[in-house]
Amino acid sequence: MTLRFLKLEWKQFVRSASFGKSIALKIFMAFFALYFILSFLAIGVGGYFILKKVFPESDPLQLVNSYLFFAILGDLIFRYLMQKLPIMNIKPMLTLPIKKSTLVHYVLRKSSFSFFNILGLFFYIPFALVLIKEGYNTTGVLGWLLSMILIIQSANFLNFIINKNNIALAILIIILISLIGLQKFGVVDVVGFGGQIFDFIYANPIYSLFGVVVLILLYQLNYKQLHSQVYLDAAVSVKVEEVTTSDMAWANKLGDVAPFIKNDIRLIWRNKRTKTVFLMSFLFLFYGLFFFTQETYQKMPAILMFAALFVTGGFTLNYGQFIPAWDSAHYKMLMSQSFKYRKFLESKWVLMVTMTTILYFLSFPYLYFGTDIFLMITAGAVFNIGFNSLFLLYSGSFNRKKIDLTKSAFGNTQGTSATQFLIIVPLMLLPMLLFWVFNKFIGHNTGFIVVATLGIISLLLKNYAMNFIEKKYIKDKYTMINAFGKEA
Amino acid sequence: MITIDTISKKYGQAEVLNLESIDIPTGQSFGLVGNNGAGKTTLFNILLDLIRPTTGSVTTNDIVVNTSEDWKKFTGSFIDESFLIGYLTPEEYFEFIGDLRGMNKTDVTNFLTQFDEFFNGEIVGKKKYLRDLSKGNQKKAGIVAAMMGNPKVIILDEPFANLDPTTQIRLKTIIKKLTENKEITVLISSHDLTHITEVCERIVVLDKGILVKDIQTSPATLKELESYFSV
Repeated sequence: MTLRFLKLEWKQFVRSASFGKSIALKIFMAFFALYFILSFLAIGVGGYFILKKVFPESDPLQLVNSYLFFAILGDLIFRYLMQKLPIMNIKPMLTLPIKKSTLVHYVLRKSSFSFFNILGLFFYIPFALVLIKEGYNTTGVLGWLLSMILIIQSANFLNFIINKNNIALAILIIILISLIGLQKFGVVDVVGFGGQIFDFIYANPIYSLFGVVVLILLYQLNYKQLHSQVYLDAAVSVKVEEVTTSDMAWANKLGDVAPFIKNDIRLIWRNKRTKTVFLMSFLFLFYGLFFFTQETYQKMPAILMFAALFVTGGFTLNYGQFIPAWDSAHYKMLMSQSFKYRKFLESKWVLMVTMTTILYFLSFPYLYFGTDIFLMITAGAVFNIGFNSLFLLYSGSFNRKKIDLTKSAFGNTQGTSATQFLIIVPLMLLPMLLFWVFNKFIGHNTGFIVVATLGIISLLLKNYAMNFIEKKYIKDKYTMINAFGKEA
Repeated sequence: MITIDTISKKYGQAEVLNLESIDIPTGQSFGLVGNNGAGKTTLFNILLDLIRPTTGSVTTNDIVVNTSEDWKKFTGSFIDESFLIGYLTPEEYFEFIGDLRGMNKTDVTNFLTQFDEFFNGEIVGKKKYLRDLSKGNQKKAGIVAAMMGNPKVIILDEPFANLDPTTQIRLKTIIKKLTENKEITVLISSHDLTHITEVCERIVVLDKGILVKDIQTSPATLKELESYFSV
């Protein structure tokens, strides 16, 4: 039975949308995964020596131990937000002659091998090996490692129990905050106490078996809870959210683009992935802080220009690159309605320009870093408004990948194709290059002026550009309908 | 009203549609039947200029559909769920379509009141997104949206599928009423021979993309169709 399930899993993996992606994307994703694994490995291998060097008078293992408590709580909160039990997979099996208990065991055991549980091991295992090599007691270290694995697994199953419960999350957060508070104000030495527990396990590895008991207990609890809920109206159900609506009458002032603007706002706010794009664009505001504060980048104006573009361009770049794939699910319907294609494109443009303007106003605090930086951001904003918004609309006509808005946001690359990589050249590299060339060879202020001028020229040519873009969209209509009709 | 002029559609070597000429006069209720793969949806998609025919052209009200878009103003259609916008509530969807068809909010509300019975209290005011409605209720919303803005041509692909018996009967009444004055041309396809013979005055049978029967509906039509399909 398990073998059969595993075969299904393999097919699901190989035939999934993300696996069928273009080669370029696959390589990119593989690098990304590799990057995470390598970073954890590096911390695992090098962690011992780094700690030894920074805190020469204390024992690295004890140091790690003392903070493990917080790491575990943080891990739990992270899991709560990100990790869900993949229970929907068993829906097609419910009516087949397979015992319910087999299904439940399978789902639970499978969760043991999830990414969340594996990642930590890339740190703990090399760290433990280094400890043994450095002359620590082998049995002690192995006992310590065993309890780490058991804790990770227990956290995995604890998460599924509290996942249905917001109160449980609140309790977790309160515990974490009060522990930090107690430590900070010196009431109780949490760090010391937490450390003592793990030091104790290292000294008496036999006690790590206590974790086995906890794990079995949590597993049983999960099993019982799930077994009684394997029904379409209980665990194996899709949640239906209650709607809150507003008629957005204010948008009617915008004239004939109003219906599309309203629609776009609803699209952004009611779908996970678009909502993430929207909220992330405010995080990109802080992107400049990484670069403007570092001494190393001050001599690399092209890099600073890159950061400046991102400060105001988070929304335009992330939302714009998938126009019109956001509307791919109902593209056929739109194409059978009577409206000027121009209005549809115009509404997207208004949205991008409005967001860039808002983000620009929010970026005023960057004045703190001096007028040079601020001028750079201003030039970037003008470029984003003038050139990038129009260019993204144009490049959007090359999008041929459907986006399923009901899918989750994180790591979702639906809709990504070679287009998304190619457009980076004019969007980011062009202004960077222009800025660098003029800055280096002609003089400081010409860099801003050239980038901003290019933006203004594009803005002045907007009508002309829009006609051109509209024609391109109409020309590619049938190919787009056909491509968006295919499953992502 | 609609003239189909030697339409064919090929995908590579496979020909999925090959029709000589079909003329659909204004006010006719036109039914399309055929087994899976007969080309019904392809034909509708070509009528709506969503797919380009390999040869031939479609003319609606003297407008060739793939050269001008003016036919969109008087054509309402519902092909499948992809015509719905999943993240909107039914009310917002009707408002959106209404906006595109020149109706203001009161127009939309007034228009919807005549469908209260058809909706059976399951569409409006339910605080649910269209994506969370059942298949049948999604269909109800899509069918009604296709009728917004006084269209002269209404194209519905398998409107009876997924509807409950009561709603099927109500839909039949609605379609009959539409064509009563011979002003609105209605094109529907269906797998239900009883429904389609009851509603349509003319029935065209397709098989593997070819027209095999073109019948003016009479009391004998149902028998004729049943014997044709029972092979």
